[in-house]
Amino acid sequence: MIRPEAPLLLEIRDLHARVEDQPILHGVNLSIRAGEIHAVMGRNGSGKSTLSKLLAGHPAYSITAGSVLYQGEDLLALEPEQRARIGLFLGFQYPIEIPGVSNLEFLRVATNARRQQRGEEELDTFAFEDLVRERLQVVQMDPAFLERSVNEGFSGGEKKRNEILQMALLEPRVAILDETDSGLDIDALRIVAAGVNQLAGPDNATLLITHYQRLLDEITPDYVHVMAQGRILRTGGKELALELEQRGYDWLDQELPVLEVA
Amino acid sequence: MPAISLSRPRAAAGWNEALLAALPPPSGPLAAVQERGRHGLSGLPLPGRRQEAWRFTGLEALTALDPAQLVPGTTAAAPLPAASSEAVRLVLDGQRDPLAAVSLPEGLSPLSSSELEQQLGRSLEHTGCLDHWPVLLNKATAHRVLALRVRGAVQPVLELVSDAGDGPALLPLRLLLLLEEGASLSVLQVHRSSGPNLTSVLLEARLGPAARLQHGLLASGDPRAVLLAHLAIRQDPGSALQLTTATADWGLMRLEPRLLQRHGEATSSLRSLQLVGDGQLADTHSQVVFAGPEGKLDQLHKVVADGAGRSVFNGAVRVPREAQRTDASQLSRSLLLSDRARVDTKPELEIVADDVRCAHGATVSRLQDDELFYLQSRGIAADQAARLLLRGYCQEILRELPAAAAAWQPLPLLLGDPTHR
Repeated sequence: MIRPEAPLLLEIRDLHARVEDQPILHGVNLSIRAGEIHAVMGRNGSGKSTLSKLLAGHPAYSITAGSVLYQGEDLLALEPEQRARIGLFLGFQYPIEIPGVSNLEFLRVATNARRQQRGEEELDTFAFEDLVRERLQVVQMDPAFLERSVNEGFSGGEKKRNEILQMALLEPRVAILDETDSGLDIDALRIVAAGVNQLAGPDNATLLITHYQRLLDEITPDYVHVMAQGRILRTGGKELALELEQRGYDWLDQELPVLEVA
Repeated sequence: MPAISLSRPRAAAGWNEALLAALPPPSGPLAAVQERGRHGLSGLPLPGRRQEAWRFTGLEALTALDPAQLVPGTTAAAPLPAASSEAVRLVLDGQRDPLAAVSLPEGLSPLSSSELEQQLGRSLEHTGCLDHWPVLLNKATAHRVLALRVRGAVQPVLELVSDAGDGPALLPLRLLLLLEEGASLSVLQVHRSSGPNLTSVLLEARLGPAARLQHGLLASGDPRAVLLAHLAIRQDPGSALQLTTATADWGLMRLEPRLLQRHGEATSSLRSLQLVGDGQLADTHSQVVFAGPEGKLDQLHKVVADGAGRSVFNGAVRVPREAQRTDASQLSRSLLLSDRARVDTKPELEIVADDVRCAHGATVSRLQDDELFYLQSRGIAADQAARLLLRGYCQEILRELPAAAAAWQPLPLLLGDPTHR
């Protein structure tokens, strides 16, 4: 939902970043307003996953230039946990398995950290169980997964549903979903996409990182951005994704040299 | 350098002799065994670093205990938590008959003295450790044995508890379990100490055909205390053993589980967690022998080493020619919480049979950055995330303890105050 007057939630300005000695982002600009759904597409290695991890505060990446404002606040000055508490969420491409840590406890600690930040009362075990059972329906997830260790032995689809369950509990203002469609069969993709659609509202925004059109058949983006070599080459509406689907990414190679000269 | 290495055996030999000199005369039901044990121990030096099995295991915490002060028995100890309703608790102080005031649940009965004579020492003999120093030490000092026969499915967990207390003491405990064909039992051994003392545990168990034993050992000590635990277990075909051990905070802890699948075709699961803090040493030397085909082993050994703590793991698995189609896996995982901690870990696989699956692996790492980041990205602060990961790391083993372990709150017991971790 595009509303020019909606508040600006995320504003990325000329962002440059590297991992170890390898420059990866070469000046990314992107503004996201409340209510919007953005999709960032691009080949492997184009920098789109880097962008998502960097926004969440992954320690492996260092910013060499540029800025990121989150609701007007300098996002890059905050620790990863603080970013999450104020409403930034990253759905991982490869959710991490944590043996021995119960999924239910993990979800409760995370939810309470976010609630505390919002000035809400922390939930005890019983109150939390009520909440989590209600939110499980968003992704049609079996309550048995709560009793297991975080993501341990989950299938690819179960891991992604668990990510969306976390999103449903944390109620982020800006959700970045990094290749949430990868490794999903069509049924799981629909369930996950339905969950994302259900959680999208006028006060929050979603940034989808994806390779493929098939996710965008389920979640209609307001904007599609094409990334290559660490920057956004082109921005358009949902039809841009269809164009990519038809033409592949090869035409980008022809555009790049032009951009270098410019 | 030569002067130092020459002086060690003398000092070590001196410790054994001083202990023997300080012991009261042999007495009680095991007087004859004590005699033999003392004879075996006499003139024997303490194990030293020249012996492969003790190469990384300095006995400084042991020799810091004055043998003349090591009075058999226990000293003042903290109260025990209320036992779980699912457990029958026997308190072992090495002196009194633990069965005196307890009625044993259906399926458990004490061995007669003739049965005892026949059975005691058999598992030690079969697992080849009759003359090992920790075994001899226990034999020389223990003057009673808790020996039980197990028939059918025993419902309550058998909880065996000792606390050497806060003062100098020597607490030798000897246990014998005979599980008849098809019998099943859950046992939880709990050993505590809060002072400069020595607890010596010697367990023998025999699992008859199709018997099942879930055996837990939970031991929380003191930086001045020593725990030596030797577990010799024989398994008949079709039997299943699940042995879970979790130890923390001993100045010196040496754990020696020795399993023998007499004719193969049995299942053994070993789960172990050893935590060492600054200046502490924990050593597990396990051995599993498959003396027949189609045996299964699933072994996971986990370590948490903090401060200048030291951890040793040696996991021997022997698969002779007759042990075809053995399926064994062993994994050792060590978590280092400090730059000064040290871990020595060694799988020791001896495989002669040619149609077997034997997997082994060892990892030594710090808390995983990707796991920490995942938790942080959900709003969990770095220090809380680290605690959660540490607890999860331990919980993977602790959840395998018999259910009655919950009464002891294993996680806080082993990790201490979480704010200090």
